[in-house]
Amino acid sequence: MQTITLHSFDGGIHPQENKHQSTQTAIAQLPLPTQLIIPISQHIGAPADVTVSVGDSVLKGQQIAKPKGFISAAIHAPTSGKVVAIEKRELPHSSGLEGICIILDTDGKDQWLEEINNGSLAINEYLEADNELLINRIRDCGITGMGGAGFPTAVKMAVQNRTIDTLIINGAECEPYITSDDMLMRERALETLRGVQILLKLTSAKSCLIGIEDNKPEAIQAMEDALHKIHREHHIAVVKIPTKYPSGGEKQLIKILTGKEVPSAGIPADIGIVCQNVGTCEAVYHAVAEGKPLISRITTITGESIEQPQNVEVLIGTPVKDLLGYAGFKQEKSLFQKLLGSKSKTESKPRIIMGGPMMGFTLSSDELPILKSSNCILAPSQKELPANDLASACIRCGLCTEACPAELLPQQLYWFSKAGELDKAEQHNIADCIECGACSYVCPSQIPLVQYYRHTKGAIKDERAAQQKSDRSKIRFEARQARLDREAAEKEAKRQARAAAAEKAQAAKKAAAAEALSKQTTESAEGVDENTSTDAPAETKNPEPVDLEKLQKQLDAAQAGLKKSMDKVAELKASASEDGVENAPIENLDVFEKAVATRRDKVKLLALQIAEAKKLAPPVKKEVSREDIEKKLRAQQDRLAKTKERVDLAKEQGLDSLPALQKGLDKQMQKLKELEEELAQFDKAGA
Amino acid sequence: MSSILIAITLLATLAIIFGAILGFAAVRFKVEGNPIVDQIDDLLPQTQCGQCSYPGCKPYAEAIAAGESINKCPPGGESTIIALADLLGVEPEPLDAEHGAEKDVPMVAIIREDECIGCTKCIQACPIDAIMGAAKQMHTVIADECTGCDLCVEPCPVDCIDMVPVETTLQNWHWDKPENLIATSEQPHEENLEQGVH
Repeated sequence: MQTITLHSFDGGIHPQENKHQSTQTAIAQLPLPTQLIIPISQHIGAPADVTVSVGDSVLKGQQIAKPKGFISAAIHAPTSGKVVAIEKRELPHSSGLEGICIILDTDGKDQWLEEINNGSLAINEYLEADNELLINRIRDCGITGMGGAGFPTAVKMAVQNRTIDTLIINGAECEPYITSDDMLMRERALETLRGVQILLKLTSAKSCLIGIEDNKPEAIQAMEDALHKIHREHHIAVVKIPTKYPSGGEKQLIKILTGKEVPSAGIPADIGIVCQNVGTCEAVYHAVAEGKPLISRITTITGESIEQPQNVEVLIGTPVKDLLGYAGFKQEKSLFQKLLGSKSKTESKPRIIMGGPMMGFTLSSDELPILKSSNCILAPSQKELPANDLASACIRCGLCTEACPAELLPQQLYWFSKAGELDKAEQHNIADCIECGACSYVCPSQIPLVQYYRHTKGAIKDERAAQQKSDRSKIRFEARQARLDREAAEKEAKRQARAAAAEKAQAAKKAAAAEALSKQTTESAEGVDENTSTDAPAETKNPEPVDLEKLQKQLDAAQAGLKKSMDKVAELKASASEDGVENAPIENLDVFEKAVATRRDKVKLLALQIAEAKKLAPPVKKEVSREDIEKKLRAQQDRLAKTKERVDLAKEQGLDSLPALQKGLDKQMQKLKELEEELAQFDKAGA
Repeated sequence: MSSILIAITLLATLAIIFGAILGFAAVRFKVEGNPIVDQIDDLLPQTQCGQCSYPGCKPYAEAIAAGESINKCPPGGESTIIALADLLGVEPEPLDAEHGAEKDVPMVAIIREDECIGCTKCIQACPIDAIMGAAKQMHTVIADECTGCDLCVEPCPVDCIDMVPVETTLQNWHWDKPENLIATSEQPHEENLEQGVH
C-alpha cells in the first residue's frame, strides 16, 4: 500500500455503524419478480424517451427508453417479458410525485438480447480503444452514478477542456447500515478495478486513489489483492481512511485524500478531480467489456424488522415488497409512523426507508421500485430508529456547528430558514449544505434541521426562477409596449402622408386648371370682370352670375357628400382594425369606396367648371400700384355708368328686375367709393 | 482675534471648495430619470395584470414613487409589500382587498384548443405576448412565459381559457417547511426518550 498523507475535514459524526448485520452472507440473487416497474426518470437530467409500446415483447438488455438531450440516460429491459403498460405511477422519491413508468411482465425465460449474449457488443481491447467509443458505450448502456445522486456517467466522463490529474474512487460508504459497496468490493474487486482502469484511461489522470473507510478491512484486502493481480497499474492506490460520517461525501472524500477543497458552487473537475463510486466502476466494466447495460444493482436489505439482513443483486424496477418478502420482513416489529402527507393523521404503515438512516427517505408504500441509485432498503424497528415527531426549542448549544462537515453555521441557517429570510440564508452559503444530516443527528432538541435547509434551498431556487421569469416578463412587456407604440406611430405617419398627398394632388390640379384657364383668357383678358374678388363671386356683373352660383352650390353639396362617404369608410376601417382583423374583408367597404371615387370625380369636375366660370381671381397679396387702382376706378366708373343706363332703361320699361338692378347700383357705388378711398390712402402713404 | 479670522477664512475657503466639487459632481454625474422607479419596478412581480388599476407594473412603480400606496399588488402579495416597505422606509400595510386577493399557488392559463375559434382577442389582451396564434387559427399559451394574470380569460367569447395551478414536477418540487411542532404541547412518546441509534 502506498503511503499517502491523509487530511481531515471539519466536523463529522460517529453514529453506530450497524453494518455487520448485512455482511454475514454472500451477495444473493433475487428470484425473478413477476412484474417490474421501471421509471423513465431515474437519473439527474431529462427523463428518457420511451421507445417501446404497450404489448411489445422485449428481451433482457434491450433498450426501452433512449436518452433525451445531453444530460440523460438510457433505460433497458432488466429481463425478457412483455410491456403491459406505460403509465404514471408513484415514484420512489421524497416528493411522492408520480412519473411515467414502463410496466414489464416478466416471462421467466430471462433471455438476453442476441447481440449481448454472443458478445458482439463487447470491446475486448478496451484499454487500447478509442475514448469516444468507450464513452458512447457507457452512454448506450445507461450507466449512471450508483452512489445516490444518479448523474449520467458518460456526461461526467466527457468533461472537455479540463485536465484531470486525479481520479478518486469512492468506496468509503460512510452511512450506517449500508454495505452494498463493501460487499461489491469483497466479491467483485477485479471487475471493479478493471472499471477503474477504463475510467482512468478516459480521464487520462496521472493517479487514482480508491478511498475505503477502515471499518471495511475485508474490502480493502480484496481490492489490494486484485490490484496485485493487475500488476501494471502502479498509479492506482487503495487508501484506508478513518471512519467518520460523512467521509463518503464527494467533497469530503476529496478533502481527505488530496487536501484540496472544491470551490463553492463548483464541481470537482474545477480542481482537476473526477470522483466515481465503486459501483459505477463495476457497471462501466460490464458495459465496456461485456456490452451489458445497467439492469441490476446490489442493494442492502437490512434493519431489525428484517429476518435475514443481507445484500441482494436485484433487477432495476423490482418492487420493494419482493425484496422484503425474500429477506423476511417482520411487520409487527417494524416502525409504524404517521405518514407524511397522508390524509388521516392516525393512518400508519410500516416504515420502509430507501437509502440509509441519515440521508434516506421513507417510502409511502412497498409497491415502489428499486432504482439504479437505490443502495439500501432499511426496515427499522420502532426501538431502532424512533420517529421524532416532536421537536423542542433550539437551546443554542452549538453542537450542530461542530458536527457540520461543510463548515457552515447550521444554527444560523435554522433561524433564517424558520423566519423565511432567504437572502440571509444564501449569504450564509446554504447552497453548500450537502444535506448529510449530521446536524439533525446531534441536535438534542431533535429539530429536523436538514428538512428546514432542504425547504429553504428549494424556496431560494423558486425565488430565483420567479425573479428570472419576472425579468423575462418585463422584457416581453416592454417589447410589446414598444411594438404597439411603433404601430400607432406608423399608422399616424401613413395617415398624414396620405392627407398630404391628397392635398398636393388637389393643389396641383387646381394650378393646372388655372394655368389652362389663364392661357385661354389672356387674349380676351382685361376687359370684363377684373374685380371679381375671391370670396364674393356672385352678385357682380358676371357674364353668367346665376350659373356660377349654381355651380358653387353643387360643389358644396358634392364636397359634403364626399366627406360623408370618406367618414363612413374611415369608420368601417377603424372598427375593423379594432377587431384586430386588419386584412379581413369588410362588408360594403368597396361600395363606399366606389361612392367616394365618384363623388371625388364630381367635385373635381365642378371645381374645374367653377374655375373656368370664375376666371382667374387676382392673387390676394398682389403688389398694388397707383395705376392699377386708377384702372380699377375707371372700370368701376364705366360699369357704374352702364348700370345707371340699365336702371334707367328698366325704369322706363317697368321691368321686374328693377329692384335687383337698383341694389347692384348701390353696391357698385359703394365699391367706387371704396376704390376712391383706397386711392386716397395710397396717395397719402406715397406722400 | 486673528485666530478667529483665520478659522472663518479657512471654513469659508473649505465651503467654497466643497461647494464647487459638489456643484461639479451634480452636473457631471447627473442621473437621468428617477432611479427609485426602477428599483420599485424590480420588486414588483411583473405579471402586468393591471389589478392595481395601473396599466402594468412600471406605471404602478411610477405611481408608488409619486406617493401611491404600496398595498395594491395582489400577485406580489405580502412579500412584495414588505420588500417595498423596506426599500421606501415606510410601514408595511395589509394588502388592499379592493384589488383582489393573493393567490396561494401560481397559476397558468390553458386554452382548450378544440373550442378556440381563433378570434385573436386573447392575443391582444395578453400583456406579455405569451399567446401564439393567428386570425381563424387555433391559439395556444406559452406556458413558460404565462404570468397567470387572468387578463385573457374575460375577452374570450367562447370561454375556452382556464386558469389552472402550475403543475408540480420532479424538477420544481421541493421540501415543505417542517410543521412547527412544540414538544411541550404533546406528551412525547416514551420511545423518543430512548436513544436508539446512538
